This record gives sequence, C-alpha cells and structure tokens, in this order.
Amino acid sequence: MISGKYDVIVVGAGHAGVEAALASARLGGKTLMATLSLDNIALMPCNPSVGGPAKGHLVREIDALGGQMGLSADEACIQMRMLNTGKGYAVHALRAQADKPYYHTIMKEIVEHEENLDVKQLMIDKLLVSHGEVVGVEAETGEVFEAKCVILATGTYLRGKIVYGEVNYESGPNGLRSATRLSASLQEHGVELMRFKTGTPARVDARSLDYSKMEPQYGDEVTRNFSFISKIDTREQLPCWLTYTNEHTHQIIRDNLGKSGMFTGLVEGVGPRYCTSIESKIVRFADKERHQLFLEPEGLRTNEVYVQGMSSSLPADVQVAFMQTIPGMENCKMMRAGYAIDYDCLNPLQLQASLEHKHISGLFSAGQSNGTSGYEEAAAQGLMAGINAMQKIKGNEPFVLGRSDAYIGVLIDDLVTKGTNEPYRMMTSRAEYRLLLRQDNADLRLTEKGRQLGLVDDYRYSQFTAKRDLLERMLYQMGHMNIAPTEEVQKKLAALNTVPLRSGISMLELLRRSELDYAKLAKAFDLPELSSVVAEQLEIHAKYEGYIAKQRQEVERALKLENKLIPPDIDYHEIKELSLESIEKLDKVRPNSIGQASRISGVSPADVNVLMIFLDAASRREKTK
Amino acid sequence: MFVDDTISAVATALGEGAIGIIRLSGPRSCEIADRIFKAASGKRLEKYPPNTLVYGHIVDGNGVIVDETLVVFMRSPHSYTAENVVEIQAHGGIQSLKKILSLTYEAGARPAEPGEFTKRAFLNGRIDLAQAEAVMDIIKARSEVSLKLALRQQQGQLSKEIGLLRRRLLDIIVNLEAVIDYPEEDIEEVTFLNVKNTIYDVQSEISLLLNNAHTGKIMREGMKTVIIGRPNVGKSSLLNSLLREERAIVSEIPGTTRDVIEEQLLIDGIPLVLTDTAGIRDTDDYVEKIGVAKTKKILEEAELAVVVLDGAESLHDEDRDILEAVREKPYVIIVNKSDLTQAIDLAALKADFGAENIMQLSAMTSEGVDDFIAWLKKYVYGAGGQLEEGIYVQNARHEYLLKQASSALSDALAAAGNHVPYDCIIIDLRNAVEAIGFITGDTVSDEIINEIFARFCVGK
Repeated sequence: MISGKYDVIVVGAGHAGVEAALASARLGGKTLMATLSLDNIALMPCNPSVGGPAKGHLVREIDALGGQMGLSADEACIQMRMLNTGKGYAVHALRAQADKPYYHTIMKEIVEHEENLDVKQLMIDKLLVSHGEVVGVEAETGEVFEAKCVILATGTYLRGKIVYGEVNYESGPNGLRSATRLSASLQEHGVELMRFKTGTPARVDARSLDYSKMEPQYGDEVTRNFSFISKIDTREQLPCWLTYTNEHTHQIIRDNLGKSGMFTGLVEGVGPRYCTSIESKIVRFADKERHQLFLEPEGLRTNEVYVQGMSSSLPADVQVAFMQTIPGMENCKMMRAGYAIDYDCLNPLQLQASLEHKHISGLFSAGQSNGTSGYEEAAAQGLMAGINAMQKIKGNEPFVLGRSDAYIGVLIDDLVTKGTNEPYRMMTSRAEYRLLLRQDNADLRLTEKGRQLGLVDDYRYSQFTAKRDLLERMLYQMGHMNIAPTEEVQKKLAALNTVPLRSGISMLELLRRSELDYAKLAKAFDLPELSSVVAEQLEIHAKYEGYIAKQRQEVERALKLENKLIPPDIDYHEIKELSLESIEKLDKVRPNSIGQASRISGVSPADVNVLMIFLDAASRREKTK
Repeated sequence: MFVDDTISAVATALGEGAIGIIRLSGPRSCEIADRIFKAASGKRLEKYPPNTLVYGHIVDGNGVIVDETLVVFMRSPHSYTAENVVEIQAHGGIQSLKKILSLTYEAGARPAEPGEFTKRAFLNGRIDLAQAEAVMDIIKARSEVSLKLALRQQQGQLSKEIGLLRRRLLDIIVNLEAVIDYPEEDIEEVTFLNVKNTIYDVQSEISLLLNNAHTGKIMREGMKTVIIGRPNVGKSSLLNSLLREERAIVSEIPGTTRDVIEEQLLIDGIPLVLTDTAGIRDTDDYVEKIGVAKTKKILEEAELAVVVLDGAESLHDEDRDILEAVREKPYVIIVNKSDLTQAIDLAALKADFGAENIMQLSAMTSEGVDDFIAWLKKYVYGAGGQLEEGIYVQNARHEYLLKQASSALSDALAAAGNHVPYDCIIIDLRNAVEAIGFITGDTVSDEIINEIFARFCVGK
C-alpha cells in the first residue's frame, strides 16, 4: 500500500529534522516530515537555552544560509547574553534562554504552514532500500511512503532507554515513545550503529526556591538577536540564578553512588565528558569543594525551572535529598526527575561530507543520530542534509563547507573524518581558523552561498547586500581618508585621550588604536552615523587586520594539502609501507584529499607522507606512460 | 613500483677506511646477495640464521672472484630500515666496491637515492624525524665532539626536550581554550601574568637551545677562520706551529678558484676551516701587498678572524687597515714574535681592541700557543672552555624552526603587552607549537620530507 510519494522524507521533527524538512521543502522538494508526536516538534528535552560559544556561531551560520533556528530562538528568547566579550571578537558568543513551550509552538506553526511540506505523526519502523538505493520508509501502521531521499534525524529515540536509579524503561526523552524497530531495519541494510548516552537534570518548581540565597544573572541591556534579519528591538527578560553544592550535597551523592544508573551497569552507552552527571563529577573531581549550578526558567508561562549542572541518574528520592542541601533549594519541590538516556546512533564515519551514507544512495543522517550533542549541532546538520538531499535530486554537486568557511564545515569534517566516541559537542577551539569564522561575519561568509542554493529569500538578500555594500564603501572611504597632524586634529585626538599623530595616517589606521571606536571617531571627525553592526565590522577590520592576515596565510598553506586529491578508487592495501592501523582507518574514511587524510586520528604523519610519496610516484608513472 | 624495490649502495664513504660496506635493503635483498655471494661453507645465505657473519667471496657472472668478504643478513623488522637488509663487508678499494655494487644492480637491485635508507627507516617508523636528521649529522660529523652531539640527538634527547617545551605551551593553550569554550564554568582561569611568564620561560629555553646551536654548528661544519696579516708577520709560522700540535689533523680541500684554498684543521677537537691558506703559503704567488679590498673579500665569509701582528715592529698603515676591517667581525689578535724585543704599543692596542682578545706568542718557539688554543676553546664552548652536558642543536632546519617558534612567541608577548585579546594570542601560541612540532615531525607539511631527504648522502 503506497500512502504517499515524496522527494524527501525526514524521520524525526527535532532540531535536525525541522531544519532538514524546511530546507528540502524551501528548495522545492515535496517533503514529508514524520514525527512520533506532533505535540513535540522542536522539543527542547534538555536545557532551555540556545547558543553559547561555538553553538551561537552555528546558529548564526544556520541563519545566514536561510535556516530557521535563529529566527525562532530570537522570538522565544526570555534572556539574551553575549558571552566572552573580554576575550576577543572571534569568541564572542550569543546565548539565549528560550521559552521552551513557545519555541515548540513557533516551530510547529512554521512547519505546518510551509508549502511542499507534509507533517505527519508516524512511527517509522523500516527503511526501504532497493539495489543500494533508498526507496522509502514503512510505518508501524503498514503505510509505505516512497521517496528519492530519506533523512534520518532520529535524535535519542532509536531504542531509547531511560534510567534513573533502579527505574529503567524503553522510552524516548520525557516519556515519549522509543523507536524500537528502526535500528534493526537499518542494521539489515548494513548501517553501523553505536550506543551513546546522555542525561538531563531535574526540573523544580519555581515557587519552592528561595532566590534571595542565590546570585542573579541578568540578560544584557542591549537587545541582540541571532538572526541577521530579526526585527526584535525590545524583549521581556528573566534572570537565571547561581548557587553552589557543598560537602553535605557531595556526601549524599557519595552514599548513594551504588544506586546511580551510571554505576549499576544499567546505562550502557558512552556519555560525554563535558556535560557529565553530578555523580561522575564528584567521583572524578573528588578534591573540588563545590560545584556551581544555574537555575534557569523554562518559560514565561510555566513554573518549571531547569537545574543546570545537576544531571543525574540517581533515584528520584536521592535527587530531591541532595538538591535540598543546596542554598536556596532547601524546600525545593521536584517536578520531573533527572535521568540518563541510552540510544542508538550511526557511526558518522560511514557518511560522506554531504551527510549521505557512503554505501546506501539517498540515505542521509543528521543530528544526534550522527553521534553529536546539542540542538545547534543538530540543526546545522539538518540544514546541510536537507540541502544536500535536494542537491542530489536536482543532480547538483554536494554543498560542502570547508573548515575555513564555517563552523558547520568543521563540525561535519570532524564527524566524517575523525568520527567520535562520545556525543560530539562543537567548541570554538575545534576551529583552527577561528578568527575568520566569527559569529559577527557569518552572513558575509555564507549568505551569498545560501542565495545561490536558493534558500535565501529576496528580503534577506536585499538586507544582506545593503549591509555588505555599505561596509565595503566605508572600508574604502576610511582607508582613503587621510588625516594630517594639524593642530586641529591633534586637539581632537587629545580630547579622545589618545596620543597625537606623528605623521599623516588614514582614518582606518587611526581606528586600529585600542582606545578608539567608530562612534568616538564619528563624533570627532564628522563621519556618517552607522548601525552598530556595521561600525563593529569596521572596528574588527581595523583592529584584527594583522591577525586575520596571519590566518589567511594558514588557510592558504592548508589548502595546498586539501587540493591534493586522492583518487576514489585507491587501494590502500596495496601500499605496504602504511601501518595496518592506517590502512584500516584510511579504508574506512576514504578521504578525498591528503588534507583530510592528515586529520584522521590514528593515521600518523609518517603514514601521510607515505601516502603523498605513493600518489607522487603514481602520477609520475602516469606521466611517463 | 617503489614498494617492491630493493635498493643498494655503498654505505661507507668511498675511498676511506680499511673496509667498505655495501648495503642492500628491500624484500629481495637476501636473494640478490645469494646470486653474487658464495659462502666458504657452500651454504646459501638464506639458510643461515639472521645476524650471522658469513665468510665467503663475491663472484661475478663468470665465476671469477671479485673480493673476499663477510656478509650478514638482517631480517625485517630487525634492521636499520626495518626491511630485509644485507650488508657486504668488502676490502674497501674503490674499484672493487664499484664492481660489487654493479653486480648487485645486475642481480636486481636499484641504486639507492641519496638518503633513501634513512628515508625508509623513517617511513617504516623505525626513527622519528629528529633522529633521521641526526643520522645525517653523524655521517657528516667532522669532529668527535660533533659525533657525540649527533648521537645524543639520535638517542632522542632533542625530541624529548622539544616535547617538554611543546607540552608547556599546549598546557597554556588548553587552559585558555577551556575558559573560552566554557565561560560560565567554574574553571580556574590562568592569569594573564601566568601566560606571559610561561611564554617568557619557554622562549628563554628556546634561546638557550639557539645559543647552543652556534656551538653545534661549529662542531658540525667547522668554524670558517681566516689568518690575516701583512706579509712577514708570521702567518705561516703560526699555522705550522698549530700543525705541530699533536692533536691537529689536517686535510686539504681544493677550492673553486685557485687562490681560495680551504684546509680543515682539528685543534683539540675543534674543527676549523681555514680559508685562503694559499695566501699564507704560496709566497711566490702572493708578492703583492694585501690591499683593503682584498682584506674585505677574505673576511667576507669568515666566522673568526685571526689577525697576526709583528710584535717586534710598531704598527704599519697596512696593519691598521686590517684591524679596522676586522672590527665588525669576531676576531682575535695575535702579537707574534714574543721571543724578540717588543716595539709594538701593546697598551694602546689593548685599550682599543680589548685585552681579552689580544695575546702574545711566539710561533717560532711555540711559547704562548697553548694560550691561543685555550682562547679558542672558550670562544667555542663558552666560559667553561669545554663542551657542557646538554642539547646542542646541530641542524640548520631545527635552528630555523626554533627561531620561528621564538618569533611567534615574541609576537604573543607583544600582543599580551598590548592587551590584545586571547583569540589572537592563541594564534601566535599555536604557531609556535606548530613550528616546534615540525622538528619532531608532529605536524605534517608538504615540503618538509622532500627537503630533508634531498640533503641525505648515500647510505646511512
């Protein structure tokens, strides 16, 4: 029984699924998004926030390419902060506290109104493959949906199992259904699965907290947005609250360690090192006298408060007991217990840089089902999978971003080249060209590409070109605006508390001085008034010029290795000088270039050299033929 | 294809030594050796256990004996290249070595490219990059001390020291990155002062290595030295007097032009490369007065100028010209003929050029020559006058990379001084770590391997 024919079917409607489905539909693909529960589209099952270091960068990149996450996060935002402002422009990071139910509502409305997109509540049980090509999916109802491409965005639902204390049951997050049969179908078709673990802390009732014993953390006074086209200029903000554990807390946790799912053996999956459970923190960092926790509101119309830093799989009564030792939480009432969740995900090494499976044509995968962690990482992959499914259907080359183009490029290259043995989280330190990949210039890096793909609409594009043109004009003008050390100029500089000129320089060079900014110069020298966004670009351009040039040189050096292509039919077993480990790794990843090969963990520099020598010898043989 | 090749080459320097070694490396080395080697026992080499010295003869295609030899087979991976290796120890004469080599080619070996044995050792993971380079330095070592330095490096001392410096910088970077990626976590932030101090410390240690690099380079390549002075002040007597030293070893290298002849001279372990010795010796060809232009030309490449003056006479104009010309160079002034009545104004000379750089001696009687040698040792080894324990960077590429790292660290320090934010400072720190990593091969670059192996000589 064929119940529908589509270009693209997206399995899952979380952050990856939503972006994938929207991208595919907006690029003209007839798209089906299948979800286990229409009431949980774009659910935030863990923290009520979007962004932060590297993650905020991803959100801006998604937005610059025409994705949805930034716009919806701006709208659902109940507190916005720019983090890392003292550490340099490259690591400035926007982070929003989001109203969770509202975020879901916004996204539900958007996907339901998208042309070309059908949204259905379905449990997908089977992937249908014929002769190495995806042909569709089969639901538990027996309905079959045909498609040219299928995008897996299954999050933590594949054979999901929730654990806290002795309690454990098959479940997706928050008691949602677990997808119990799809894993087996994937494995039948040769898809390699891994088992990962993640966790979430308890939610407590806001009315049971004594905020007077905690430190407030307010949002920024300046209104900022993720999206380059958001028009929001004012918003109601709620504070978050900071408090700390103490020895008493730790004692209770230590006394009950035996009951934690982490230690009883009930949790099988590999968990992340960076957002570890509180019981793991106490075991691994036994010397630490206290651990901090943030209490974060989950929305404007709910009393649920997220206890950030206290992820746990201890029994519910123990969770309450240790939380009640914490200042301000003495009388706290738990509304939902924290839990650990085990789930199946794909080993991303079997994917190409387009996120298409290497051996099953038309099968794409994105998000937590690729072994990542985080809403933003998921959304970024979803967007790219949606784009590439449509590129494939249209017969176009895959859209792949390089490591010097975007965090999205770093993320996907890391996944498909290095793989991961724990839920992968994006970090700014993973990006070697961080100074070029700033959150402030995501539009300048990517919007033109998004336009070429067809994802950037006229409104966004006209906003973008206006900004870009103004910036270029201002850079040119200020670079050619010479100021001489006249008496009048020196007087102005003295008033700005900066040293006098020794000889004539350009206005742009003057802006390089750390004590000056555009606003000050504009006032003193009668320059045009600019939006803070464009003024900031000018400042970064002036002040970071030297270091940006350094990074560009690094990119060029690296590109030499990226451009040394490895023939796709290479037989690594033929190269006897390679170590066995390298042969195995290279054969699994099958890198496109020497650059990619050099990033595979376990492939030593010596082996990369062997490979270069081999290719060199091979090309010489070609030439002499 | 290169993976199946067996290569062969003379592993010892041609024309030197009582025995010469021909080395074969590759999968077919034993088979090739068996084609040209007849053991006295009549057994084939492959029947012997590995690492056994087998006595016999090399014979040519007509069964004629070419040489009497000892042959040893080393089975992969227990050999220098980690491949099957055969070494043939022959009687060293150039003609017989060449003959044996050509027999190995006829039997299926391919001539090794320069440095190919070491390249294979490196590619097969037997040695790291720093060790591979040290091998070349051992081959080129001109003095015993140099050999010792190269051995130290090959044993991984340099790699170890470099690894420690790299670790310290990485620690700082890791801390800064953690604070950036987790701004709200309770991470103890490394202080700006702490960052600066570590950068400063690491840079100081790199400077130390670089200072030692000067000694290392002299040990490896010899110190280019000129003995300069007007005619008849005793330049050739000084040279002869130095040569009379028991520990002096001399060999002559013809230069590219007739009047620039280099001589290597090893004085108490310090290798000197004396340039323009023709100017000292060939008095017939060297009658013309030494002019300012000529002096400058001679001094151009010198790393040390030994100015010889005649103590029995007051300074000539020509002496003054020479003294002025060496001011820019490292120099030592020898006031010769201390056995005669002194007419020179020594006090004025000392006031002008520094007493520590001036010594009186007699080349005729050798009186005071020891003082000169002691001065040389201090000049090369530093105040102790002998080689200190420690790591001496001998390799020009290592020196270059250390300088790059040091310059990146200077940038980082300057940036920290100007309150440039972390995101930029980390770029400099990462560049420094990368440069250091290149020394031990911890980073991959396209050119590095080609460059290094092109400089290796044939054999080990």
